[in-house]
Amino acid sequence: MSELITRTAAELASAISTGEVSAVEVAQAHLERIAAVDGAVHAFLHVDSEGALAAAAKVDAQRAAGEKLGPLAGVPLGLKDVMCMEGIPTTCGSKMLEGWRPPYDATVTKRLKAAGIVILGKTNMDEFAMGSSTEHSAYGPTHNPWDLERIPGGSGGGSSACLAAFEAPLAIGTDTGGSIRQPAAVTGTVGVKPTYGAVSRYGLIALASSLDQAGPCARNVLDTALLHSVIAGHDPHDSTSLTDAVPDVVAAAATRDLTGMRIGVVKELGGEGYQVGVRQRFEEALAVLTALGAEIVEVSCPNFDYALAAYYLILPSECSSNLAKFDGMRYGLRAGDDGNSSVEQVMGRTRAAGFGEEVTRRIILGTYALSAGYYDAFYGSAQKIRTLIQRDFAAAFAQVDVLVSPTAPTTAFKLGEKLDDPLAMYLNDIATIPANLAGTPGMSIPIGLAPEDNLPVGIQIMAPARADERMYAVGGALEAALLAQWGAPILSKAVAL
Amino acid sequence: MSTPEITPADVAHLARLARIDIPEDRLAYYADQLEVILGSVAKVSEVAGDDVPATSHPQPLTNVFREDVRTPSLTAEQALSGAPSVEDSRFRVPRILDEES
Repeated sequence: MSELITRTAAELASAISTGEVSAVEVAQAHLERIAAVDGAVHAFLHVDSEGALAAAAKVDAQRAAGEKLGPLAGVPLGLKDVMCMEGIPTTCGSKMLEGWRPPYDATVTKRLKAAGIVILGKTNMDEFAMGSSTEHSAYGPTHNPWDLERIPGGSGGGSSACLAAFEAPLAIGTDTGGSIRQPAAVTGTVGVKPTYGAVSRYGLIALASSLDQAGPCARNVLDTALLHSVIAGHDPHDSTSLTDAVPDVVAAAATRDLTGMRIGVVKELGGEGYQVGVRQRFEEALAVLTALGAEIVEVSCPNFDYALAAYYLILPSECSSNLAKFDGMRYGLRAGDDGNSSVEQVMGRTRAAGFGEEVTRRIILGTYALSAGYYDAFYGSAQKIRTLIQRDFAAAFAQVDVLVSPTAPTTAFKLGEKLDDPLAMYLNDIATIPANLAGTPGMSIPIGLAPEDNLPVGIQIMAPARADERMYAVGGALEAALLAQWGAPILSKAVAL
Repeated sequence: MSTPEITPADVAHLARLARIDIPEDRLAYYADQLEVILGSVAKVSEVAGDDVPATSHPQPLTNVFREDVRTPSLTAEQALSGAPSVEDSRFRVPRILDEES
């Protein structure tokens, strides 16, 4: 295996810009790695070797012509299959979109291409981003590179696994209830859900529009910040896109001293229901943060106890509406069109054939929650809890600069373990969901291995809306201190594939 | 509120509304699961009083306008490129009205 695949994105970009290696060599090294290990990992649903090598060759030509290269030019990336890419199969992990090739690029895709980032292919995910294990992909699960019998998190398990398996140094995820942060936590990688509206949703196949947010994934905080800077920024194609300037997350990631930083530990996110080793590593991380100069205080957000319940009414309601567009008429699957059947009959057959079990479950649940007679008790009440959760965040951020918690209650569980128990599966997102309901940003970085199973544990760092740079400051400082302790990045401890 | 009881007939009705042909022999399975999930989320109605406003979105939403000028868009060919059935540069769909109407 080429040593190029173990380098950081920042190192690769620097080596490409100085001519030490070509972008084509870097792309080839990663494509070879994919060919070698992805049969076991299954992080990718589609590998675009031809397109990747052409994009890399373009970067090399630009360099040869003396053009100035962007800070990530020539660096390979795995793109979650929820994001449209012109002419490249985009399935969203569903049979509904098998073989569909979008006629346009998502804004994120467009920005990646403009930055000279080399898109290796599309990464696996739970169908329409519904799940916490990637087991709901219609194309089979992704396997965690730490232990192939375990889940890589979800819905963005392909993106997290491709990083942990050194198939790509960068990936794009989307996070509706934790789909960037929980996969990062269970694979020992870094993932960021930016402030809602920071990254355009144009061309992101919607799950729940008021919760969805795309974000950067990488193996370290600086690479994540560099990717954040590429994809964030106003987009007139998304009416919820923020018009603010993108915060300087790259500068923030270089923070090494947290003197004066007030960090709140969320009382409601921890304790009972959280694995012993997760709690232990989290407590140790708090001690490191204290040593870095931060002041740690406990903060209570009492309504977070209702976040999961509110989420599992709001999300199904929005998704039952968003997924109505998959009706077999304009693109994607059409089933049972025998020439005699009505459009309604064909829709019913198409959606039964195209949607998997979890998608069906959530659409039915959402249809129920939005029904006359139940709307106020369910959807209406959930929306009020959303208000209370926003107030909890506001009160907390009046006292502290950032909030922290374990990212996920457990380390990676075994494939199949929770597949038949939706409620147990939903609990994976218990700590990540509040930030989606409030639209605030969250980051997960690795803080060690749980002693009982030697699997990665993540800490979640949450900041106020539009203050994403605070997470990068805390994450960058904590990561550097832990690296000094460990002597090598956490992924060096993963069982070699 | 107390946990609502969900019957297979309820699931059949919801499936009809959602245009998903759930097979007869799967209705009870979804009914049981739906009841369990609703039972665990029903507590939402006990939390907030009438004085708490609902939030539908993390940001205050305002209409966004642009100048009324032509901008590049998909060609008909591109828009039809993923269609299951096409006729005369249009989406071909199954019949919408009943034969007798």
